Amino acid sequence: MNATRNSGTPEDPAFKNGSGAAAILSAGSGCFAVAILALAGDKLAFVKKLLNIYRPAGPLSGVTTGAILMWLCMWGALEWRWRSKTVAIGGISIAALLLLGLGMVLTFPAVVDFL
Amino acid sequence: MEITERGLWTMIHGMGFGALYLLACSGAIMGLYRSIFLSASSETGLDSERFLKGYLVAMVVLAWGAVLTGAYVVYPWYRALPPPGTVDLSMFPQRLLISNPATAGWHSLGMEWKEYVAWFAPISITMVMAVFVRYGHDLKNHRQLRNAVLGFAAASFLAAGIAGLLGAMINKNAPVYGGKTIQLARGDRE
Repeated sequence: MNATRNSGTPEDPAFKNGSGAAAILSAGSGCFAVAILALAGDKLAFVKKLLNIYRPAGPLSGVTTGAILMWLCMWGALEWRWRSKTVAIGGISIAALLLLGLGMVLTFPAVVDFL
Repeated sequence: MEITERGLWTMIHGMGFGALYLLACSGAIMGLYRSIFLSASSETGLDSERFLKGYLVAMVVLAWGAVLTGAYVVYPWYRALPPPGTVDLSMFPQRLLISNPATAGWHSLGMEWKEYVAWFAPISITMVMAVFVRYGHDLKNHRQLRNAVLGFAAASFLAAGIAGLLGAMINKNAPVYGGKTIQLARGDRE
């Protein structure tokens, strides 16, 4: 899978950055999706009911299953589009880390209660 | 020396998958840092790269093991509702915590955060593993990509740490136990 060790340079890397960018952006979005679905389930009764796909675990089952599906679908789609491309990784990394940070904040109960 | 079936599963979830994952995190961050930033001879580098890939795959298994056993094995016991009129809530940890203002926060803040933030760990570390398996030492040549990967590895550690700490404190205040009793060993009376 890998090219020969040290075959690339910062100016001419062995691999394009598209595949990594797809993985990073989708992971950030997946974490954000966990927070958004949890928030929606907390605020809207009908969403909470929809998310209750496995009764013993309650809405947690729907939140996590939904977020994982979104994450994997997004990863697959971005990988397909970007795998052989060089993309603007700076903005994508910042967006992914922001989504991750926002996700972490939005899962904090005091913030959820405040919204 | 006995343990209940639910206690054993809680231990597998927390001490087995969760604690092992937390222990592995610092090693992974150091390994990634060394692999990405420090140069080594080709032979040593290839060996350490192969080792780190295996290490990250093991971490992915541990992280998913922790959240899946937590959400689908232990959590249903935690949130089970007692039959109406139940006085002894010791078999219903969520209700036991809520019943006392001194411990209610362990549920309303602790568990409510833990149950979601914990999932950031497997999602993040799966991405870290996939990127490292794909790029290996070529990550050296992608400055922003490698910084983001290290950021996600650190976030995974943080998320697992929050979940682990809250889980330990919740289980200290309202342990999940019950089910079949498993005898581990016979002790002396003296």
